[in-house]
Amino acid sequence: MGFRGVVGVSSLLSAHLRIEGVVKRFAPGTAAAVDGVSLDIAAGEFFALLGPSGCGKTTLLRMLAGLERPDAGRILIDGRDMADVPPYRRPVNMMFQSYALFPHMTVAENVGFGLRQDGLPKAKRSARVAAMLDLVKLGALAHRKPQQLSGGERQRVALARALAQEPKLVLLDEPLAALDRKLREETRFELVRIQQRIGITFLMVTHDQEEAMSMASRIAVMAAGRVVQLGTPEDIYENPASRFVADFIGGVNLFEGEVVARESGRLLVAIGEIGATLAARDRPLASGAAVTLALRPEKVVLDPPPSLVNRLEGVIRAVAYRGEASTVEVELARGKLLRVSVTNSALLIRAHRVGDHVAVGWDPAAVVVLEQ
Amino acid sequence: MSDAFRRRAVLILPFAWLLLFFLAPFFIVLKISVAESAIGVPPYTPLILVDAGGWHLHLSLGSYDFLISDSLYLRAYLDALKFAAVSTLACLLLGYPLAYGIVRAPQRWRGALLLVVILPFWTSFLIRVYAWIGLLKGNGLINNTLLTLGVIDQPLTLLNNAFAVYVGIVYSYLPFMVLPLYAQLEKLDPTLLEAAADLGCRPSQAFARVTLPLSLPGIAAGALLVFIPAVGEFVIPDLLGGPDTLMIGKVLWDEFFTNRDWPVASAVAIAMLLVLILPMALIRRLLQEEAA
Repeated sequence: MGFRGVVGVSSLLSAHLRIEGVVKRFAPGTAAAVDGVSLDIAAGEFFALLGPSGCGKTTLLRMLAGLERPDAGRILIDGRDMADVPPYRRPVNMMFQSYALFPHMTVAENVGFGLRQDGLPKAKRSARVAAMLDLVKLGALAHRKPQQLSGGERQRVALARALAQEPKLVLLDEPLAALDRKLREETRFELVRIQQRIGITFLMVTHDQEEAMSMASRIAVMAAGRVVQLGTPEDIYENPASRFVADFIGGVNLFEGEVVARESGRLLVAIGEIGATLAARDRPLASGAAVTLALRPEKVVLDPPPSLVNRLEGVIRAVAYRGEASTVEVELARGKLLRVSVTNSALLIRAHRVGDHVAVGWDPAAVVVLEQ
Repeated sequence: MSDAFRRRAVLILPFAWLLLFFLAPFFIVLKISVAESAIGVPPYTPLILVDAGGWHLHLSLGSYDFLISDSLYLRAYLDALKFAAVSTLACLLLGYPLAYGIVRAPQRWRGALLLVVILPFWTSFLIRVYAWIGLLKGNGLINNTLLTLGVIDQPLTLLNNAFAVYVGIVYSYLPFMVLPLYAQLEKLDPTLLEAAADLGCRPSQAFARVTLPLSLPGIAAGALLVFIPAVGEFVIPDLLGGPDTLMIGKVLWDEFFTNRDWPVASAVAIAMLLVLILPMALIRRLLQEEAA
């Protein structure tokens, strides 16, 4: 069974992972590195733990691998409690951030390391190693030592090694962090392709929101040891649950305001900073409630059509060219800066320059209301 | 001054050092080894004889012939190799866990633990070997303690035998094993052991498949540092081994100072050098293959 012969999607191979109230504290009296995390990850899912460094995501991953013991809570893989299962008995393999390839072994020996440990006969072992190296397109380098490989090749050896034993769950610790930008973007697709082909549950840890959004089917955003939001990439980007998430995931303009009224499915919020009242998506909030409004730069339009109710005037202070798009900084009333992302085809047509007076506008549905 | 010249200038110092203090004495010993013993000062025949007939080169392989014909020398060589080999193994078996323990100790303890390993060097080597006489002799500390405790009722013969020589060599050379092993093990990335565990290795298997192979250069360095001086060791067999322990260093000493046969003593020294160069070259080869 499995991908020994034919590589095919099989959810039978992959595990359902359940994390229940897991807590980890490295020294008594200090803040918990992981503070009561509960997650339910379906078989075959590509799941990402996303957060800034120090948010506890790597500690959580290490507990899943059995390299750290939780102080409280349970980890269940296919319903089986992992509390007393040492790392060498878990149906889990990890791809380490540093790759942790064995320098005294060739690529093939590295990939076959776990298979040899499983006592697989030599013929079967080499067949599997060859299949794994094919999967990551490294067949030609089987007899090289890790020191003789490029960073991208090493990354693929590490992946092949983590997949060779047919784990039910693969843990990836910042799998792309050590690669340069171009290779990183290519490898994203490669990893997703491989995951879809073999159907194993992937759990990835990353601090790069773009990486998490482009690869994972679901994301748990972590901060200070807790999961602050869980959802699909679209969910998290379009409906951030907090100021932290809105700010951490992608660029955002934030305004502090006060609800003045609810009318016809919209919320009217007064923004003292810019001296204006903006319409936003409806939320059951009473007048007088303090809120933060989040507005993505790409949802703002320069020279808006008259149909948009949210309209402000400003002066262009800076234009940062980013290739496919440009970020335009518009100074609104009282010096408040609004970032606007404009695709370059649109920018060229309108030819906006620093110092130009410009009108900006956006749809009320684009404004996310965050309670304070 | 060009960079190339400066680079060469830096190399002159070590080369001059080697030439002066290693090669020159070596050739002097080589010269003496092919002379014949004579009564006088120095107690051997000159290499070049000047007489009425002109210059003569005076070479004699008599000392080497003597080495081969008298089985005492071969036995002394083999015994010295055996003592050195067994001691090296004992140093490895004791030193490896010691070095491993120090590497695994909390950071703040490591310096102190290393200091403890090096501490004996603060006392003269000779005095430390003498101290072992006090510990091992018939009415020494060990025997007295065991007698008092009633573990034995006759003093054990711990001194003037092979056992005492092993104790002396292992004790004296252990730091030379521990330090290179420590340096090697300290470089080992602990993530590799986590990876091994993740791939199904129990701690003991991870040690055998990852730690041990990656510490081979340290083992080789430590083994050479213990083995080579141990082969030529003279003080320890002389003080602890008693008259029946034959090691080539002691034989050499006897030839020089008791028999005053400088050519034979020199031949013994040259032969010893050859015996030592061989294992060194072998290990070097092995390590280079490992690295390649």
